[in-house]
Amino acid sequence: MNILNNINNINYINNINSSDYSADKSLRNTENNVANFNTFSKNAKKQNYPQTIAQKILAFHSGNSYLKAGQLVNAKVDIVLGNDITMPLAIEEFKKIGIKEVFDKNKVVIVPDHFTPNKDIKSAQQCKFIREFAYQQEIKNYFEVGKMGIEHALLPEAGIVLPGQLIVGADSHTCTYGALGAAATGVGSTDLAVAMATGYTWFMVPDSIKFIYTGSLKPYVTGKDLILYTIGLIGVDGALYMSMEFTGPVIRSLSMDSRFTMCNMAIEAGGKFGIIEVDDITRAYLKNKTDEKYNVFYADDDAEYYKTYEINCDKINLQVALPHLPSNTQDAKNLKGIKIDQVVIGSCTNGRIEDMKIAAEIFKNKKVNSKVRAIIIPATQNVYLDALKKGYLEIFIESGCVVSTPTCGPCLGGHMGILAEGEKAISTTNRNFVGRMGHPKSEVYLSGPAVAAASAIMGRIAVPEEVM
Amino acid sequence: MLKNNYFISKDNKNNNVQKHGKDKKRSVNIIKDRVIKYGDNVDTDVIIPARYLNTTNEIELANHCFEDLDKDFKKKIEKAKIIVAGYNFGCGSSREHAPIAIKASGVKIIIAKTFARIFFRNAINIGLLVIPSIESANQINEFDELEIDLGNGIIKNVTQSKTYQINPVPDFIQQIISSGGYINYTRKILQVT
Ligand code: SF4
Repeated sequence: MNILNNINNINYINNINSSDYSADKSLRNTENNVANFNTFSKNAKKQNYPQTIAQKILAFHSGNSYLKAGQLVNAKVDIVLGNDITMPLAIEEFKKIGIKEVFDKNKVVIVPDHFTPNKDIKSAQQCKFIREFAYQQEIKNYFEVGKMGIEHALLPEAGIVLPGQLIVGADSHTCTYGALGAAATGVGSTDLAVAMATGYTWFMVPDSIKFIYTGSLKPYVTGKDLILYTIGLIGVDGALYMSMEFTGPVIRSLSMDSRFTMCNMAIEAGGKFGIIEVDDITRAYLKNKTDEKYNVFYADDDAEYYKTYEINCDKINLQVALPHLPSNTQDAKNLKGIKIDQVVIGSCTNGRIEDMKIAAEIFKNKKVNSKVRAIIIPATQNVYLDALKKGYLEIFIESGCVVSTPTCGPCLGGHMGILAEGEKAISTTNRNFVGRMGHPKSEVYLSGPAVAAASAIMGRIAVPEEVM
Repeated sequence: MLKNNYFISKDNKNNNVQKHGKDKKRSVNIIKDRVIKYGDNVDTDVIIPARYLNTTNEIELANHCFEDLDKDFKKKIEKAKIIVAGYNFGCGSSREHAPIAIKASGVKIIIAKTFARIFFRNAINIGLLVIPSIESANQINEFDELEIDLGNGIIKNVTQSKTYQINPVPDFIQQIISSGGYINYTRKILQVT
């Protein structure tokens, strides 16, 4: 493989701050060997260079034994992901590179989920373009409508993303997979093109911030409330360029669905990664999803963190982020005066089965307010089927919700529930920027599924206690 | 720690950052133009709204650039081709359509207090210059005339007769920009002919 040889010679592997520790070149040949990795990890410890999870994963994938925050490295990626918005641009760029085949057809994943089933002629053209590329390249993980789901719910569910991996996706919420102990981050289409061609891309080694969640969760409080609260605390650039490590007793007992929700929104604090260490809950989740071996990376106790926050969950109430920033958070119970026109429960943040369950509990034997449109979008076909079997969909339809096929749809103002001028929506999605869900003069309030469902019933922002 | 990093804007320049010699070959020349100024947290949804993402045509994208943020952008860009902004410029989605729309509009360089990381990467990768600098972004006003010398890391504010120091652009980033973007750079590395 001529290409890979050339890639290994890329000059910019040179570190900006030239490091004293020379790279352990032999690692390159043993990358997938767990036993060897353990030796390497112990060596790093012996030399007293403690590292965070982000440092370890990047070191491992760049053939180094130790990396300092701030260094630039060229690293090998495990999975490269694109969707119907970012992939067309990436394919055009890929063709300009002049390489005929992607670096590994089993490691490139293509999910048309944003404007699908195609919302108009232009999106149909874009989907056709990526579909033809997927066929021509024999991409193993191309998900057609019918198998498709929102990418960040779909990839973990399909066992494609695993602990210890380095994953890039041309979608900002690629950081979701950090819930599995992976280093996953969003990149642009050009990055995607180069990664598809070479299997490598450049990274700056990030600093890490540690968030320790203690205490216990109040009723109906989920991962969404924890992450909204956290973003409210540190701001939309509070973790800019950094890796957010979520840990502590509350995280250790948190469901996988809620963990995905938290890592999903790391980007809303500017973060590069959102990472949760692998534990028994992670292993149980992966059990029936993959036979592949994976590497588990733990943070060293004495690793250096840019900051550490200890957050007492006893004090965290159900959260809402007001327009137009995800950091604009408030307790939901203080916002009961705000009337709403639409409710959306879905997206890569909260379209999983846990979210469907919570919503179904609240909608059961109740009616959606006559002045509200409530739209429920299970994130994947599996979630959809599961919700059907468990009777949730029946509850939704009987209470007056509309249930959609999996799609990003209204989350990014694409289709399936666009807001008109002056309208307000409460949504379990992740962004409430100006015009995000439709007209530039519409407003989006972000919440978890419990508050969204209660609000649909009341016609205004509400907490579950008011309707249960 | 990110102390001496190009990626993070610094008020006080730290001398640990390796200074590039003047004799080094610079393919990026001095940029001279006027300024359009925006605030903090300019997100990619206002740079190019999702409703226009069903195309990759850069002229179409440029046509809608900043339309939800600044109706006069198209008028301003005729006489001012440098954007100066606050913290976290380009936050939000990973859409590369955002820097493409800005570049295709004719913007030559963006100076911001800080950049959101995906936007920052994307801009570099498509060959659009981005400079983090808190000091200059604080002091520069809309329509000021600037002279930016990247090789020496100096921004001269002609209108206010002031100069600001910026962190030198790392070599490999300069190489990407001077190759015309990450794609051309990769072609060079792979020696694709
Ligand atoms: S659901 Fe929303 S945030 Fe998630 S990938 Fe789709 S558009 Fe992006």
